Amino acid sequence: MTVRLVVPTALRDCAGGSREVSVEGATLRDVLDDVGRRLPILERRLRDERGLLRPHVLVFVDGVMLRSEGDLDTPVHDGTEVFIAPAVAGG
Amino acid sequence: MAEAIVLIGTRKGLVIARSDGDRRSWNVEPMQFANQEVYAVAVDARRDPPRLFAGVGAGHWGPTLAHSDDLGRTWTEPEGAPVAFPQGTETALVRIWHIHPAAANQPDVVYAGVEPHALFRSDDGGLSFTLVAGLWEHPHRPSWMPGGGGACLHTVLTHPSDTQRVLVAMSAAGVYRSSDGGTSWEPANRGIQAVFLPEDQRFPEYGQCVHKVAMHPSRPERLFAQNHFGVYRSDNGGDTWQAIETGLPSNFGFPLVVHPRRPDTIYTFPLLADVERMPVEGRCCVYRSENAGESWQPLSAGLPEPPYYAAVLRDAMTSDGADQAGIYFGTRVGEVFSSLDDGDTWSILATHLPDVLSVRAAVVA
Repeated sequence: MTVRLVVPTALRDCAGGSREVSVEGATLRDVLDDVGRRLPILERRLRDERGLLRPHVLVFVDGVMLRSEGDLDTPVHDGTEVFIAPAVAGG
Repeated sequence: MAEAIVLIGTRKGLVIARSDGDRRSWNVEPMQFANQEVYAVAVDARRDPPRLFAGVGAGHWGPTLAHSDDLGRTWTEPEGAPVAFPQGTETALVRIWHIHPAAANQPDVVYAGVEPHALFRSDDGGLSFTLVAGLWEHPHRPSWMPGGGGACLHTVLTHPSDTQRVLVAMSAAGVYRSSDGGTSWEPANRGIQAVFLPEDQRFPEYGQCVHKVAMHPSRPERLFAQNHFGVYRSDNGGDTWQAIETGLPSNFGFPLVVHPRRPDTIYTFPLLADVERMPVEGRCCVYRSENAGESWQPLSAGLPEPPYYAAVLRDAMTSDGADQAGIYFGTRVGEVFSSLDDGDTWSILATHLPDVLSVRAAVVA
C-alpha cells in the first residue's frame, strides 16, 4: 500500500523540503519503518530508539488521531493520509 | 590569518561569534538550530580545520548531535542516529549534555555524556557513538539519583597520555573513573560532602551532586571540582579530595575552568545557594584562584553593576586555548563576556540572547 505522509513544517528539512512524501506499508508501523529506510532522520524525529512514538508527536490516520502505541498496528490502504503534527505543549 | 570562534549554545539555538586573532571585536551571527536547545557544544581542535559539535534538543522531536567541518557555517547530522541507546537497554536518549574530544593520542575518539546517566564513545571522530557498557552496567546505577537538571553525565575527562584512564562526573551520582578504558569503573568521591543528606551520611561512597570537574593536561593528577555546595581539589587523580573554598563568598556554583596555560589558575562563578541560584549580593563576579584554590580573588571589572540575578551554568564558561588565553562565560539572561587578561577585565561579547547553556571557543590558525 502506498500512503501519503504529511510532514509538519518543522520537519520538512528532514524530508528534502517536501510537505508530503509517499511511503509503503500495510500498517502504520510498517509505514514508519519505511520512513526509517527512506528518510532515517525524519523517522527518528517521530520515534525514539525503542521504536516508540515520541510523547509529543501526534499521528492522524485519515483524520483519526492515534491514542496508543497499539494503534500502530492500524491497517492502512492505498491513498491513506498519515498526518504528523506536534502536540501543542510548552509555553 | 587567525580566526576566533565562540560557540554559544542557548535555550533556543546556537549562536556563533567570530573575530580575528586579536579578539577585540566580534561579529555575532544569526541563530542556527532555531528554537532548539543546545546544551552541549564542542571544538575538536585535533582536526584541521577543527570539527565542531552541537548537541541539539529539538523539543517534540528528540535530541541529536550535529557536526560541522567548516567552522560552523554548515552542519551535518548523520543518517544513522549518532547517539542512541542500543536495543536491550529499553532506554531512550533524553539529552546530550557534554561532548569531549579525547587526547591527541586518540585522534578519532570522542566521548558524549548524556541523560539518563550514560557515557558514549565514538571511534570515528564523532560521527557514530557506542554505549560504554561498563558504566551502564555498573551495580551502583540503579541507585544513582538525578540532579536538579536531570540524571545527567555532564563531564568527561581523559588522561593526556594514558588512553585507559577516563573520568566522568554525574549529577547526583558523583565522580567515577576507569583505568581500563571504560571496562570497569570505581567511584572517586572520598572527601566530598553531600550536604543534602542526613548529617551522619554526608560522606557517602557515591551520590554526591558534582557540578563540574576540570583538569589541566600538564598535571593530570590534579583535579578541581565544583559541587552542589563545595569546591574541591584532588592531587592524586581523585583518590581523595580536599576543600578549597576559603575566600569564596559561597561554595555553591556550577562551572569550574582551568586556565589553558597556567595549571594552577582556576575560575568559578559562585551563586548564593541551591535555593537562591543567583550571584552573591547580586554581583556579577567571577572568582579566580592563581594557587590551585588556596586563595581567591573577585573579578568584576567590566561586568554589569549590581543587582545581577543571572547564574552561569556548568558548561557556560570556557577558555579558547590560545597563547594569550581568552576566557569566556555566558549567563542565563543571554549575555556573554570575554576577557583577554586572564579575567582582570571583561568585555561584553554578545547580548540579548536566550539563556546561555554552553560556551566553547577556539582560535584557529
